[in-house]
Amino acid sequence: MSTALAPARTDERLTGVPGEPLDHRRYRRMRFIRRFEETLLQLFEEGALNGTTHACIGQEADAVAVTEHLTEGDHIFSNHRCHGHYLAHSGDALGLMAEIMGKEAGVCRGLGGSQHICAPGFKSNGVQGGIVPNAAGIALANQLSGNDAVSVVFIGDGTLGEGVVYETLNMASLWKLPLLVVCEDNRWAQSTPIAANMAGSFPGRFSAFGVPVRSVDSTDVAEISQAAGQEIAAVRAGEGPRVLLIHTYRLCHHSKSDDERPEQEIAERWLVEPLVVHGRRLSDSDRLRIDDEVETALGEVVATARALP
Amino acid sequence: MIFAKELGDTLRGALTDDQRVVLLGEDIADPYGGAFKVTRGLSTAFPARVRTTPISEGAIAGVSAGLALAGYRPIAEVMFGDFLTLMFDQVVNHITKYQTMYADQATCPVIIRAATGGHRGYGPTHSQSLEKHFLGVPHLRVVAASLYHDPRVVFADFLRRDEPVLYVEHKLLYPQHLTLPVNGMVGDLIATSSGMLPTVRLSAVPREDCTVSVLAYGYQAHLAAKIVERLAIEEEIFAELIVPAQIAPMDWAPVLSSVTATRSLVTVEEGAGGWSWGAEAASVVSRELFGTLRRPVDVVASEPTIIPSSKAKESAVLVGSAQIEAAIRRAS
Repeated sequence: MSTALAPARTDERLTGVPGEPLDHRRYRRMRFIRRFEETLLQLFEEGALNGTTHACIGQEADAVAVTEHLTEGDHIFSNHRCHGHYLAHSGDALGLMAEIMGKEAGVCRGLGGSQHICAPGFKSNGVQGGIVPNAAGIALANQLSGNDAVSVVFIGDGTLGEGVVYETLNMASLWKLPLLVVCEDNRWAQSTPIAANMAGSFPGRFSAFGVPVRSVDSTDVAEISQAAGQEIAAVRAGEGPRVLLIHTYRLCHHSKSDDERPEQEIAERWLVEPLVVHGRRLSDSDRLRIDDEVETALGEVVATARALP
Repeated sequence: MIFAKELGDTLRGALTDDQRVVLLGEDIADPYGGAFKVTRGLSTAFPARVRTTPISEGAIAGVSAGLALAGYRPIAEVMFGDFLTLMFDQVVNHITKYQTMYADQATCPVIIRAATGGHRGYGPTHSQSLEKHFLGVPHLRVVAASLYHDPRVVFADFLRRDEPVLYVEHKLLYPQHLTLPVNGMVGDLIATSSGMLPTVRLSAVPREDCTVSVLAYGYQAHLAAKIVERLAIEEEIFAELIVPAQIAPMDWAPVLSSVTATRSLVTVEEGAGGWSWGAEAASVVSRELFGTLRRPVDVVASEPTIIPSSKAKESAVLVGSAQIEAAIRRAS
């Protein structure tokens, strides 16, 4: 059914060097996502990109942690803020960069752009709640096929405003679908704080349907990974749908330059962002070396992408 | 067999022949077997692949989309076509977009079956023909059941192709018997067919002797056929009735060739008038055959208001035989 347009082009300097310690690998992969998106924002400022983008700066640990536990046959459905998820899943920096540049070599030939990505085992779409039943349908397909694959869907706190999410949670719970909902609560739905967006209990939104919720209030990739691993294993074992609720923070604006949030609040969160928290586990020299390798590799990606037709 | 049973038999055949076929919908499981009994017996025969769902139209469409992306062939039943509004986001922003926006790296062949139409006294929210709101959605085929199209042929076409389809089933067709063309005839009318999902043309005399073309689908085509037959016998008013199965995107060729001969066109649909299928037909025909037409295209549609429950008031709003007959007389 699927015809890959081009093989995913990965680079060990971005996705992990064989044999390096797990701490190094995680730092490298988060640094890769961070610098990829910062580069994108810079390219937008230069006028080199068309359209818009939604960066996940500050939330990189979620993508890296969850994808550590996924394997061939599993599927990720992501949302408008999908770059981190896609890069952690595929490592395909050039394909995504070319896509956002609108080039024919992009993962969707420039048709989808930043929010509409498709690659083996991965899809994203720009309407929030609707991807949840789509992921549940993939989970139902896996259940009918009798395999042990897991369907993962990334949503945000803001997505919980859309009713189809609850229709799907109900159905997924009734049918014990192998679905993991990863809810990244970054405290702000575009410009609206969670206090103005959500009544009642956050985990109660899921537990009302008998769906177990694992809450993690952390930007630590190791802590999130441990929780994600346990949740994914339970889903894979046929225990039905589960929710991994990660309380995190978006350090950047919603899309390109729209940010009216309190400066003090953002400044405080920069002190506990994923690269700072996890970076403490590396020596300064290792961190600088990895930073340097990521920078060089990304520079090559941008240069290659710019030169594409 | 009545159409509801023919359709159920078609779905049974699809489930038997193709392990990828999955049915989802509200109250479709036995012993109830669906509000119009189309799926009766199927959940007993195929318990894993025929699933009754909660009242969650958005999730029915969305889960179907996921199944289709994963290689299955979901067929979703919408109990009343009025509830298609609850699926609109999935149809417009998900199901019909995926293949194209993903550069053909995925397909999403969801089949949505909806029981539509009025004349049953069900009132404003259980009687509508809302398909006009789906006409023109890019990459969506809209196909209408009729008594002149074998649902087996129609569903074989759906399952052979990888495209999403909305299939509208007028409720008043369910208790009727199919009247498929036999030896080039439907009753006393000459029948000709063209295309894979055939467009059926019906007339009492050869096209060259007809003075008006009538374009209709679904239950309205059945009403129109009876009028075409009666006017021919009783008054020698000869019309050619054109009944497409697929109403969007339209193959206009059979319409244009008919209107080239008759130089006059009436379109009939049960949906609310204005911004409609007939309006599109009028646009196409006036563009292609402006100098040929004897008179403006006559678009027959229902009144653009709510559909009342009262029998008398409902009849005053919905297109029925009287409006069709009057239009054919005017246009012949």
